[in-house]
Amino acid sequence: MKIHEYQAKEILRKYGVVTPRAVPCFTVDDAVAAAQKLGGKVWVVKAQIHAGGRGKGGGVKVAKSIEEVKKHAGDILGMMLKTHQTGPGGQKVRRLLVEEGADINKELYVGMVVDRGTQRVCLMASSEGGMDIEEVAAKTPEKIVKVFIDPITGLKDAEADDVARKIGIPEASVAKARPALKGLYKAFDETDGSLAEINPLILTNSGDVVALDAKMNFDDNALFRHPDIVAMRDLDEEDPAEIEASKYDLSYISLDGNIGCLVNGAGLAMATMDITKLYGGSPANFLDVGGGASTEKVTEAFKIMLKNPTVKAILVNIFGGIMKCDVIAEGVVAAARQVQLKVPLVVRLEGTNVELGKKILAESGLPIISGNNMADAAAKVVKAVKEAGAAA
Amino acid sequence: MSILIDKNTRVMTQGITGKTGQFHTRMGKEYANGATCYVAGVNPKKPGESYEGIPIFATVKEAKQKTGANVSVIYVPPPFAAAAIDEAIDADLDLVICITEGIPVRDMIRTRYKMQGKRTKLIGPNCPGVITPDQIKIGIMPGHIHKAGPVGVVSRSGTLTYEAVGQLMEQGLGQSSCVGIGGDPVNGLKHIDIMKMFNDDAQTEAVIMVGEIGGDDEETCARWIKTNMKKPVVGFIAGVTAPPGKRMGHAGAIISGGKGTAAEKLAVMEECGIKVTRNPADMGKLLKSVLK
Repeated sequence: MKIHEYQAKEILRKYGVVTPRAVPCFTVDDAVAAAQKLGGKVWVVKAQIHAGGRGKGGGVKVAKSIEEVKKHAGDILGMMLKTHQTGPGGQKVRRLLVEEGADINKELYVGMVVDRGTQRVCLMASSEGGMDIEEVAAKTPEKIVKVFIDPITGLKDAEADDVARKIGIPEASVAKARPALKGLYKAFDETDGSLAEINPLILTNSGDVVALDAKMNFDDNALFRHPDIVAMRDLDEEDPAEIEASKYDLSYISLDGNIGCLVNGAGLAMATMDITKLYGGSPANFLDVGGGASTEKVTEAFKIMLKNPTVKAILVNIFGGIMKCDVIAEGVVAAARQVQLKVPLVVRLEGTNVELGKKILAESGLPIISGNNMADAAAKVVKAVKEAGAAA
Repeated sequence: MSILIDKNTRVMTQGITGKTGQFHTRMGKEYANGATCYVAGVNPKKPGESYEGIPIFATVKEAKQKTGANVSVIYVPPPFAAAAIDEAIDADLDLVICITEGIPVRDMIRTRYKMQGKRTKLIGPNCPGVITPDQIKIGIMPGHIHKAGPVGVVSRSGTLTYEAVGQLMEQGLGQSSCVGIGGDPVNGLKHIDIMKMFNDDAQTEAVIMVGEIGGDDEETCARWIKTNMKKPVVGFIAGVTAPPGKRMGHAGAIISGGKGTAAEKLAVMEECGIKVTRNPADMGKLLKSVLK
């Protein structure tokens, strides 16, 4: 799960990380009032969307008067902000953060991820703040400092200080970097973070160490123990189809093709997308119905796939293990009837009770195309899309 | 021969009183030598009770002492599953197979930390389990699609493993053992660990390695294969079409920062002499083609 910058900063402040004074806003009037309340001469008006790259897309503006705050807030609120992470349509800006201006001496980077190799949380830091860490890693990997954190002791004082020195924090400010680094780790650990970034972490001209931006993602599997973080979820930032799917415990991700895929198991679902592409088609989604798919779940899965107007055919690929093929077949038939399916449907069943399952499909009276194996099913669904295109 | 488990393995089920634990314990008991292999269950609240004639104990330690069980399979719900692994490790079992899906990564980081220096092996979590066909089945895979034979199977996925097995059977090829190592980023044995075991196993003549996007376990394994493996290996990587930054069902299946892509994995595997296919329907045929 993702949250906004202002929410991540709220969390980090609780863990002792210094952030600029700022106020989240929902209207232009809010923004003006916020700037007046903050005082000073320079403010930054920042679009709050979950995607990164906001500055380059025109979603972060510096204001030197209240009038400018008003203008920028008006321009940014409601805009479709396009960044390299939003997709071509962009993301509508509904929230702002109005922040006091900062006097920047140095921009640094610090982030946290779970490292699979060492099976520990990894602190990454770099003197190259304000850039994508991926870019730094590709061009100047020697500029990235890493610490693999012992889960029992946490980030130690000596480790934090060493990192601070290596990324160019002067000796006089090392004591100020320590709470920022340790606070970031503690926040990441205690909230079950999956990713945390402060980019940039700045050194001010007065020697303070301040988080100018913040990003936190959380482990979905651990949300059950963090109701406070779940409360921060912003559904406006998420794909409506993915939200709908999550209600039924379906794992769904929208893609840009036109063949809806319904599969049991994540690995097989990815492989089904791959083979569809290999045979010249293009998947409209990733959809894993999981191990215990009922008729209701399959029906909801069909409804979600068909809400996408670009879907021109559906491919169902089920390897029935514990989930029996006859049960799946009944679910597919019931779902196809209930949604009054108008696009071609190719079904490939394999595994437990496969013959019974195929019989149910054949006797349903529905125009279901049967695939004998994965390759056959993929070829048939691609052909069906082409024919539907030719007929239209 | 086989790897990890055989007919002499003695199994306890942690979480035997839950619906999933009961169902799969029963299926395991009914498979091949299961009736003699499944010897104990664990539930701290129900010691002294039994399920299908299998005695239930309060702790893993007691179940091991009373029945001689050396392997545990875990169906405990996610919030408590890491603690169940810890208990099995503390009891010094040979092997722990954790089926549970959805364990917080933070819990697994701590469990893996505690495992340092311990001899107990861990398979999973979030995996289908292990089967040595015609001998023993521990996990949620359908037993009837398998038969004993010369091919080792190792995979991060569940149903995609069944797909690989199904294709092998179409080619008339049975399996020595099939191991699902699971789809989580922080887990127990990796591809390389299983590959080493297949290399040393007399029954195994060739191996299918099924991977997916995320991490670099497949690359690490491929490099080991290049210099050490005495048997042919074929591979498939799921997720060529996966968009970056999105979690594809499995918590471990995410491409970030251009790392962990299927293309990158396939390239390294090919470089290391592994025959790979980009068509998931060709795994069985490809294996057959490398078998002497």
